[in-house]
Amino acid sequence: MGYPTPMKEPPTDPIHSDAFLTKLMRDQLKLSITCTLCFAVALIALPLLNYWQPELMARRIGGFTLTWLILGVLFFPFVWVISYVFIRRSIALEKAEAEAAKDGSRS
Amino acid sequence: MNALLAMTVDPWIAALALLTVAVTVAMGFWSAGKSKSAGDFFVAGRSVSVGWNASAISGEYLSAASFMGVAGMVMLNGYDALWYPVCYACGYLFLLLFIAGPLRRFGAYTIPDFAEGRYDSPLFRKIAVCFVLFIGFFYTMPQMKGAGTTLAYIFPGLPYWAGVVVVGAVITLNVSLGGMKGITLVQAFQYWLKMFAIAVPIFVLAAVVGHYHEHLGANRTAQEAGRAIPVEVARSGLPAKAPTDEQWIAPFGSLTTKAVDNALKSAPSPEVKSELEAARRPYSLLYTYSLIIALVCGTAGLPHILVRFYTNPDGVAAKRTTMWVMILIGVFYVFPPVYGVLGRSLTPELYDAVGAKGTDKVVLELPTLLAGKDHPLLGSILSGITCAGAFAAFMSTFSGLLVSMTGALAHDIYGRILRPQSTPEQRLKAFKWSSVIVGALAVALGTQVEKPNINFLVGQAFAIAAASYFPLLFMSVWWRGMTMKGAAAGMLGGGLAALAAITLTTLSDVYSVKSLADFWVAHPLLRILCEQPAIWAVPLSIGLMIVVSKATSADVPADVRMKMLVLHAPEALGLKQEYIKEHEGLGH
Repeated sequence: MGYPTPMKEPPTDPIHSDAFLTKLMRDQLKLSITCTLCFAVALIALPLLNYWQPELMARRIGGFTLTWLILGVLFFPFVWVISYVFIRRSIALEKAEAEAAKDGSRS
Repeated sequence: MNALLAMTVDPWIAALALLTVAVTVAMGFWSAGKSKSAGDFFVAGRSVSVGWNASAISGEYLSAASFMGVAGMVMLNGYDALWYPVCYACGYLFLLLFIAGPLRRFGAYTIPDFAEGRYDSPLFRKIAVCFVLFIGFFYTMPQMKGAGTTLAYIFPGLPYWAGVVVVGAVITLNVSLGGMKGITLVQAFQYWLKMFAIAVPIFVLAAVVGHYHEHLGANRTAQEAGRAIPVEVARSGLPAKAPTDEQWIAPFGSLTTKAVDNALKSAPSPEVKSELEAARRPYSLLYTYSLIIALVCGTAGLPHILVRFYTNPDGVAAKRTTMWVMILIGVFYVFPPVYGVLGRSLTPELYDAVGAKGTDKVVLELPTLLAGKDHPLLGSILSGITCAGAFAAFMSTFSGLLVSMTGALAHDIYGRILRPQSTPEQRLKAFKWSSVIVGALAVALGTQVEKPNINFLVGQAFAIAAASYFPLLFMSVWWRGMTMKGAAAGMLGGGLAALAAITLTTLSDVYSVKSLADFWVAHPLLRILCEQPAIWAVPLSIGLMIVVSKATSADVPADVRMKMLVLHAPEALGLKQEYIKEHEGLGH
């Protein structure tokens, strides 16, 4: 693996265009940020709930405190759901991008 | 404790642990012997199912920190330690969301590959190689601590350092003889061994001594203090060193309040004391967020994890594999905290011990309790199983790290920098010597870390990775305006600042530098920011990247659009192949 010298600018057909790259990056970033927000909100909110609502978070549910149950057990299935949604959407997005690019080059 | 120290070697425990080592070494050699198919598997993965690949990735991911450290830290610090397994899993997700796909499309298998390819700079490759070695050494230390702790447990009376030397030497020999070439098969086997070793003993134990929720329920929250609550399980008395129930079960316990608590002990006046009391919880919140950033971003920046994204034939298979990895590591991480909770109830004497005899060995120690419940053979077998799991944990991660660090030293430092004209034979010899040098250094460093917790050490490695590699990868993938100078300034600035901060806390904690310890007592906020630097070091690194890149915008690679297209365009469009072809055209 090596990239020793700078390359010439790519050709300007639709696949190599700036507009295509911008759209690609924007769509991918949008999906990644949406999924990140889901777990980032949980990661940010849980300490805040512990801070502001200690009594609520200390409530017992089957021996566990609410906050222990969330962090020690429920967080993992939550992360699985986010990855499942991301992977499905990301595969669909990639397929749509490839088809759109091929259609664009044909026309 | 004396009774524990006087214990003789249990043949079951020693036999199962040795069997794990023997099987791992034998599988490594067997796979290496079949190098053609194993090599195909490692590079392209065409003949291997998603399930095997996911097991192999999870096998490398779950280190001694996951197997022993999480349980030990939950026992020691309670709720706050639960952030470690959760953030290890979230970090993997973060890697999937932002970095894994583009890097796979780019075809850069290591961070030095990516650094050179993205910026057309062999110099930046050299800088990145030095950092790979550097973070690698930080991450080998907790693995060595796990090795020393486990061996000292199996052979009571054996000093900690001897365990580190023996295990380090065996793994180094294995790697230097080429035994880890077929690493994927070994890693896959080790995941299932670890899963079996962490899950089976705890189910048996829980059936005999009481379940997870019952032992957790025995710890009273601040709200329950003073109320008569029926306790369903028997608990041993807690020693004075152990945190109280309220501190242990609730958030913002001893892990996050240690700095303020130390300051409170020597507060010079009632005013200062009340100020510190008021700052206790906000500082704990700050500590928690900084820890979360370090663990999530640090996981996304760990060099040896990234390589494993490429053991799939295409992007879709890679994504499916990743989904299974999330499930496999998520299921695993439910178990170590159970050991921590049961350990608090049943082996509280571990709170009084330090180093290799402390809470880090709760996973190994708990099953032996069955011997006192009229199940001596079962206790020995289950303890042998957890020891085997511990061996699998530090062997898999240390072997993986050793292979990648030796590769960096032999391929990049020797083959590209010191002796670019060397023959393949000389390079092979260099690989073997490099593995010995890296192994010896890792052992030497490992002998110095008996005192700190395994997970604490891992947290430090993650904080440095979070402030160096994560910003490098994230910004290089998503920002076209990055220049090599900006990337290097941010990576080195953030990484070295985090390292300096962490070194200051280590000097006072491990080497008992008194003037520093006094300084921390007077400045608890600074102590928190140095112990957990990610909250300022990650923005510092990103900020440096932006400012320096803007200042050197003329140096943005000329073909940056093509590079970004290769990073982001679907693989079906074949831009990578086009890029390589054009590149080779230019090269000749």
